[in-house]
Amino acid sequence: MLAILDVVSIKYYLILSAFLFTIGVFGVLFRRNAITIFMCVELMLNSVNLLLVAFSTYHHDASGQVFVFFVMAVAAAEVAVGLAILVTIFRNIHSVDIDDLKALKN
Amino acid sequence: MVNLYVLILAPLVGFLINGLMGKSLPKSVSGIISSFAVFVSFVISSIYFFGFVGGTQAPIDANVFDWITAGETKISFGLLLDQLSGLWLMIITGIGFLIHVYSIGYMHDDENFSRFFAYLNLFIFFMLLLVLGNNFLVMFIGWEGVGLCSYLLIGFWFKNQPYNDAAKKAFIMNRIGDLGFLIGMFLILFYFKTLNYGQLKEALASTQTSHGLLIAITMCLFVGAMGKSAQLPLYTWLPDAMAGPTPVSALIHAATMVTAGIFLIARANFLFSMAPETLSFIAGVGAVTALFAATIGVLQNDIKKVLAYSTVSQLGLMFLAMGVGAYTSGVFHVTTHAFFKACLFLGSGSVIHAMGGEQDIRNMGGLKKWMSITFITFLLSSIAIAGVPPFSGFFSKDEILAHVFEANKVLWVIGSLASFLTAFYMFRLVILTFFGSFRGTHEQEHHLHESPATITIPLVILAVLAVLGGLMGLPEFISHTHWLNSFLAPIFPHAEGHEHMAISTEFALMGLATALAVIGIGIAYSLYVSKQQLPAKEGELKGFAALVYDKYRVDELYNAVFVKPISALSSTLYTIVDKALIDGQLVEGTAGLSMQLGKRIRSLQSGNIGFYLLVMVVAISLILTYVFI
Repeated sequence: MLAILDVVSIKYYLILSAFLFTIGVFGVLFRRNAITIFMCVELMLNSVNLLLVAFSTYHHDASGQVFVFFVMAVAAAEVAVGLAILVTIFRNIHSVDIDDLKALKN
Repeated sequence: MVNLYVLILAPLVGFLINGLMGKSLPKSVSGIISSFAVFVSFVISSIYFFGFVGGTQAPIDANVFDWITAGETKISFGLLLDQLSGLWLMIITGIGFLIHVYSIGYMHDDENFSRFFAYLNLFIFFMLLLVLGNNFLVMFIGWEGVGLCSYLLIGFWFKNQPYNDAAKKAFIMNRIGDLGFLIGMFLILFYFKTLNYGQLKEALASTQTSHGLLIAITMCLFVGAMGKSAQLPLYTWLPDAMAGPTPVSALIHAATMVTAGIFLIARANFLFSMAPETLSFIAGVGAVTALFAATIGVLQNDIKKVLAYSTVSQLGLMFLAMGVGAYTSGVFHVTTHAFFKACLFLGSGSVIHAMGGEQDIRNMGGLKKWMSITFITFLLSSIAIAGVPPFSGFFSKDEILAHVFEANKVLWVIGSLASFLTAFYMFRLVILTFFGSFRGTHEQEHHLHESPATITIPLVILAVLAVLGGLMGLPEFISHTHWLNSFLAPIFPHAEGHEHMAISTEFALMGLATALAVIGIGIAYSLYVSKQQLPAKEGELKGFAALVYDKYRVDELYNAVFVKPISALSSTLYTIVDKALIDGQLVEGTAGLSMQLGKRIRSLQSGNIGFYLLVMVVAISLILTYVFI
């Protein structure tokens, strides 16, 4: 059986993961829409997941894949809570632009 | 011993009752409680005193409890009751009781009646502690306590600002003297490891002590006495202290508290006797004070001021006696002076009462028509203080002057001059107040009346004492033994020497003293009765007389030399050091610094979420960089 890592070498997984993570970071820094920022955070989490799975295969160790399940569960919970907050914010100020969230200033 | 506790604590209980519940007590109850408290003390004092007189009472010297223990030093709270403190007890409680009774009548209109009696009781308590202590520290508690009461009572009518100022002046002047007392006490404690009179006496007898040290200690103690007993240069508070109610002037500023300085020297006479230089100094100060104050008294027009300067002058005479080593004579004069000066002050209070608060003798005159009891008692006391035989003042004053004559002729001349002036100004006062025609307003004349019995009865008792008080110290050629001398012999073992004087000299001195007194009275009579002169109005006096009338401008001098520079210094310190430096730079500077910093740092927390996120990412990157690279 042809191992998957023989077809696509580990370094491409690393490059892809770094690429996705950087997109996530820059998205968080430069987008103003809270939902987009949220999605970027998810992107970062998933880039890490990808890396974890890749290394787990590389090392023939299943615990990395188990860890990914935990990360997904936490991410799902975080999305549920985060989206609920965003919905509430939208109901209050009719916007999800983070520049409008300045009620605590002054 | 229990009796002794009751004796001391009764006035304290009176003070507590009046002080804590005075507002809810009716006036009559308030006055009766405190008078009764003093009366209890008086009865017990009498028992002890007559026990001493009869020889059945042995001196009590007991430590009540250990008070201060530090290393080798141990100071007990102890009491000492002997002939000397017994005599003082009689003066304090006896005259104190009479003055309490008097005050019931005198203060009956006052809204703070119970507060007044609370203070009086507290005063009696502290005064008892002062004379009954068996070491200097207990005496010092009493010493400070009577100073406090003096302050409270001078400023009793505290709504009047000058009275408050007088109270503060008395307190501060006394504080200067107290510092001397304290240093003297520290010296004794440091070199002899004890403050107890008996132990100190033994230590002095058994060990060789340097003469300089003794002089230093006694001089320091005398500075304390100077403050309390109003001697030059610390006397100016006493005339101002007349701002207090008249019973206070009589009790505190004539009969008892101001004689505390004499008591101090009498109590520590074994110490003072070992430092003849200090004694000479005391004699000098006493003589100069006696004459100085007497000259001021000649030109004063306020009835209480005249008596105040007379008190200063008489105290000077007592110190003169102490200074020449005639301790018994000094104590004798304290006793007789307490009688007649208390009577005079209470009499002046009766006059002021009748005149509706008027104190200027230029507005009085002819009062004997309305106030016969006050007049007669006042006259008798004046004769006593002037030194006409056989009144009490004659014997005590003559005894002092006889001792001084033996010791130092110059001081004798000064003392005689002072007592000549005393006779003059006292009769000037009597004549201007009670003789001639009334010079006040019509309303005042209408209001004139003799005072009630609570006022006149103490006057009469005191006048009798003023007349007969001399009996306790009749000269030896009249009564074989000088009673007071033998009574106080255990306290003043060296109080002899009077015997050496020839009887003829003694007679000559007596005759001279009497002649001087009579001449003084005669001059006063011819000036103010025959020639019907009146004291000059404000501003009419010229030259030296104006200077004397202004009390030699000593107050102004003290103001210029001490008060002004100190207040200038403190206002400088206030504006520059406190306001500008401490307040401006340190306190407000610190606050300003953190405000400024806060303003800067606050801008970091902009509320801009994008900025927060940026900071977060940068920070995490930095941390990771630091940790892994």
